Amino acid sequence: MAADASAPAAANRTAAPTDASVWRDRVLRVVVPLVILVLFVGVWDWYVRAYGIKPYILPGPFLVAETLVKDWGTLSGALLVTIRITVTALLLALVGGTLLAILLVQSKIVELALFPYAVVLQVTPIVAIAPLILIYVPDTQAAVLLCAFIVTFFPILSNTTQGLKSVDHNLLNLFELYGASRWQTLVFLKIPAAQPYFFAGLKIGGGLALIAAVVAEFAAGSAGAGSGLAFRILESQYRLNIPRLFAGLILLSATGVVIFWLTSLASHLALRRWHESALARET
Amino acid sequence: MSSSSSAAAPHSPVVRLEGVTKSFANGTLALDRLTLDVAPGEFLSLLGPSGCGKSTALRIIAGLSHPTSGRVDWPSAGEGAGAHARSIGFVFQEPTLMPWATVFNNVWLPLRLKGRSKASVRDAVMDALERVGLAAFADAYPRELSGGMKMRVSLARALVTRPKLLLMDEPFAALDEITRFKLNNDILKLQAELGWTVVFVTHSVFESVYLSSRIVVMAARPGRVFDEIAVPVPRPRNESFRTSPDYVALCREASDALTRAMQAAGREVA
Repeated sequence: MAADASAPAAANRTAAPTDASVWRDRVLRVVVPLVILVLFVGVWDWYVRAYGIKPYILPGPFLVAETLVKDWGTLSGALLVTIRITVTALLLALVGGTLLAILLVQSKIVELALFPYAVVLQVTPIVAIAPLILIYVPDTQAAVLLCAFIVTFFPILSNTTQGLKSVDHNLLNLFELYGASRWQTLVFLKIPAAQPYFFAGLKIGGGLALIAAVVAEFAAGSAGAGSGLAFRILESQYRLNIPRLFAGLILLSATGVVIFWLTSLASHLALRRWHESALARET
Repeated sequence: MSSSSSAAAPHSPVVRLEGVTKSFANGTLALDRLTLDVAPGEFLSLLGPSGCGKSTALRIIAGLSHPTSGRVDWPSAGEGAGAHARSIGFVFQEPTLMPWATVFNNVWLPLRLKGRSKASVRDAVMDALERVGLAAFADAYPRELSGGMKMRVSLARALVTRPKLLLMDEPFAALDEITRFKLNNDILKLQAELGWTVVFVTHSVFESVYLSSRIVVMAARPGRVFDEIAVPVPRPRNESFRTSPDYVALCREASDALTRAMQAAGREVA
């Protein structure tokens, strides 16, 4: 018997858009944001010069860049601390959130026992819990890490739980029919099916981990002396070293962008072959 | 039941439903004392309007649902064999493929769940794909396939375990007519090659007559057997059967039975 007349997409790949249009698309992707950036920096610089704004109110872009280079020793050390806390919190939340999600869907009792408290932990603002954590946890770095973990944990937990529960019922029937064990159903069906949800949680969690790390450092205040980037920003504010504050801010944003890019990349790599979210729509 | 475990008589049914009743939690009586024998090698269609319990009957045979009362016996299988040990293949209304797995891995699944490694079943999986004409698409993902091709993968997955009994729940209902005719022919060809016993749920008169050796017409509210039509047309059947006077006459007979079944249900509701 012959295959159906309608050819699959796989056979059509040669008929993809022409090289020229692909290139044009790629160039636009880079050029358009760059033009906006140049415009923004230009207006910023012009404004500061034209109106003679003092650097302790608003430093010009070139002064900020200069400070970034000059203070790189201090700032890079602080950046490293913040990145380490963010990444550690994200990894712990990843492992903890996924494992707890698996546990929750395996047993109704566990879900009833734990999920409400996970919600309570999530909805209480971390700024409000942070002072307590700083008191109870003797090491400031560990306290900051714990805060970041609490915030990051929930989106990964709730998304993965939702994903593990959103399995096609017919596929569940199929697994039952072929006598699959609980373990097999989990590994071959529920976990793969939960992937899109898990990665959505990861993307949210990645951003939140950095935010929470910064918030916790702010809460720690002078207790976190000489530590992360958030502390350096606070310190710069106290000393009216606004150029350095801006430099620190730029580093924080850049870190956030990189985390977002990395989690998006991970999601894309995992889902690109099969999930609608990672596929270009054919027009 | 006089089911001796191995030496079953050649004519003892593959599966026997005896007085099977199924009522759902909301009070709906989906099946009312359904009694049905499925003989080895036959192609049995359950034909009926929606709500007549034909899919429920199929799910009960598959062990995916349990009768409220009555019994399901497997005279030709051993006593106490689990549902999956009874060598059943099931084809759902949708292809029900895992979108994250390649065609090969989807077909491998039933064997994988039995603990068979990929290397040890490569030939069996490729043979199944060969039979449905999709060997070239082993590495494709389901989304790259057309609706008909997905259904073929689903068929390959059902036949890779070499089931004795194939249960099909309106498998082609969502396909266009051209694809449907083609798949009907494929099913007949595969049944001849592999010696399946098939229970086929459909609401299409034409499909049931074309495929079946026996049609059981069911009525709704409550779900029950209303009539039975034999289709004593020898196999192999092909497109010329579709246009023969025999076919037309049988379709009329089945269609009349279906109409009466629906009127019977309607009266009881009114």
